[in-house]
Amino acid sequence: MDIHEYQAKEILSRFNVSVPRGGLAYSPEQATYRAREIGGDNWVVKAQIHSGARGKAGGIKVCSTDSEIADAADFLLGRRLVTHQTGSAGKLVSRLYVEAATDISREIYLGFVMDRTTERIMIVASGSGGMEIEEIAEREPETIIRASVDPGVGMQTFQAREIAFGLGLEPGQVGKAVETIMGCYAAFSNLDAAMLEINPLVVTGAGDLIALDAKMSFDENALFRRPHIAELRDKSQEDPRETYANDRGLSYVGLDGNIGCIINGAGLAMATLDMIKLAGGEPANFLDIGGGASPERVAKSFRAVLRDQNVKVVLVNIFAGINRCDWVAEGVLKAIEEVGVEVPLVVRLAGTNVEEGRRIIEESGHEILLADTLAEAAEMAVSAWKKQTN
Amino acid sequence: MAILLNSKTAVLVQGFTGKIGSFHAKEMMDYGTNVVGGVTPGKGGTDHLGVPVFNTVKGAVKETGAEASIVFVPPPFAADSIMEAADAGIKTCVCITDGIPTQDMIRVKRYMRRYKFEDRMRLIGPNCAGMITPGQAMMGIMPGHIYMPGRVGIVGRSGTLGYEAASQLQAVGIGVSTSVGIGGDPINGSSFRDILELFEQDNDTDAVVMIGEIGGPQEAAAAAYARDNMTKPLIAYIAGLSAPKGRRMGHAGAIISAFGESAQEKVEILKEAGVHISPTPSQFGETVQGVLSELKKAA
Repeated sequence: MDIHEYQAKEILSRFNVSVPRGGLAYSPEQATYRAREIGGDNWVVKAQIHSGARGKAGGIKVCSTDSEIADAADFLLGRRLVTHQTGSAGKLVSRLYVEAATDISREIYLGFVMDRTTERIMIVASGSGGMEIEEIAEREPETIIRASVDPGVGMQTFQAREIAFGLGLEPGQVGKAVETIMGCYAAFSNLDAAMLEINPLVVTGAGDLIALDAKMSFDENALFRRPHIAELRDKSQEDPRETYANDRGLSYVGLDGNIGCIINGAGLAMATLDMIKLAGGEPANFLDIGGGASPERVAKSFRAVLRDQNVKVVLVNIFAGINRCDWVAEGVLKAIEEVGVEVPLVVRLAGTNVEEGRRIIEESGHEILLADTLAEAAEMAVSAWKKQTN
Repeated sequence: MAILLNSKTAVLVQGFTGKIGSFHAKEMMDYGTNVVGGVTPGKGGTDHLGVPVFNTVKGAVKETGAEASIVFVPPPFAADSIMEAADAGIKTCVCITDGIPTQDMIRVKRYMRRYKFEDRMRLIGPNCAGMITPGQAMMGIMPGHIYMPGRVGIVGRSGTLGYEAASQLQAVGIGVSTSVGIGGDPINGSSFRDILELFEQDNDTDAVVMIGEIGGPQEAAAAAYARDNMTKPLIAYIAGLSAPKGRRMGHAGAIISAFGESAQEKVEILKEAGVHISPTPSQFGETVQGVLSELKKAA
């Protein structure tokens, strides 16, 4: 689960990481008021969306007068910002963060992530921070500093010190850098984060270390024990199709195609999407219905998939292990009766009670295309979609 | 005699008396699995499904001589149950539970390293369908009837995609020695490489099917193992060839994840290592059939 920059900064400042003075604003009036509260004569108005590269998308404005702040706020609020991480629909700006502008003498990159290879928390740092960190990683991989944390004892101060000296910081700045790195680690590990990134961490003209930007995301499996983090969820930043489905316990990812998919198991769902593409179609979504597909759950999945207006065909592919095909078949009929399925429907059932499931579908009198295999199901769905477009 | 599990393996069920644990324990018993008891703290001393219930894994191991356990404990408590099994001397633990926090799994893996390699428990999962040695025993939640006994090993991350492979093999008359689901979580107990090693050493396995996915380093590690150490043919499929790029916020993941995490890259790496590729998920049957008939010709 992602959170906003201002939320991440609020968390990190509790762990001794210095951040610029700032305040949240929902209107141009509030934005100018916040600037006065903060003081000084230069401010930055920052769009709060769940994406990086906001600067390139025009989401960050440097201002030096009240009217500039009001104009920036007026421009940004209600706008959808498109970055390479948001998809073409972009993300809605409904909150702004106003900060005192910082006098920058140096930019550093600092990131924390779960490394699947070492199965540890890994710290990644680079003396050349800023937006092009991925390029630096590719062009000069040797300039990137890495350290991993022994889960038995946690991060040690010497590791933070090595990173600080490795970044070429002045001896007088190392103490603050160690405090910042250790603080980030504590926030990451105490709060079950999945990713934490400060890009850039800046050295100011006066020699202070300040987190100019901050991104955090959290392990969704651990939210049950982090209620204060769970509260930070902002549904306006999610694909509304995903919000609807995920709130109903379905694992759903919205895609751009026309073939709606209802499948059990993430691997089989991915494989089915692959087959649809191979057959010349485009899936509208990834949906893993999970274990125990009761008729109610199948009907619920239909509701979620059919909310997407782009869906022109629905493909159900269930390999029943814990599930039973007869339940799934009943769920399909329930969905047709309750939800109303106006588009062609392809159903492929396999596994436990498959004969019974197929019989229920065949005897229902509804127009349902029954497929035997995965390949056949994908081909039937794609040809049903092509028939409509021609 | 296949790998990890046979009809004699004495199995404990952790989270035995709960709804899910009870349901699957019964299915496992019906399949022929030697379930010798279960653990539910507070219910020790009672009987359930005809076998004794214990308060602790240690107590259960002492009384029953159990050597394997299967965990159906809810996510907040599952890591604790796995560590309890490791400490009680269980040799193989299958964790079905989906939704364990990543940091809990890091702790579990670290905890298991306190035992010498030869005494260390082998963990399968979490977030997996378990394993089955067809015709003998099942420690998992799969539909047993789609697996025909035979001489091809299966190892995969996904449960249902593993079922797909097994049923395609059955349709062309090819049986399975053992099928192992290693689970879909980023940090898991056994890797593809770990299981391939067991199949390579198993006299009852002639070839192995590996079902991978996008993300993570394990398929590339398996490719290197297959190239350097395997005499038996390996047939692989990687799911997610059409998956859109992840919409993640930061860059840190991209920096540490080296080449080889996308499905295309994994397929390339596997091909270079001499691994046979099932180009689509509906060609497991014919691909394995082709490889086996080559084997026969060579013999």
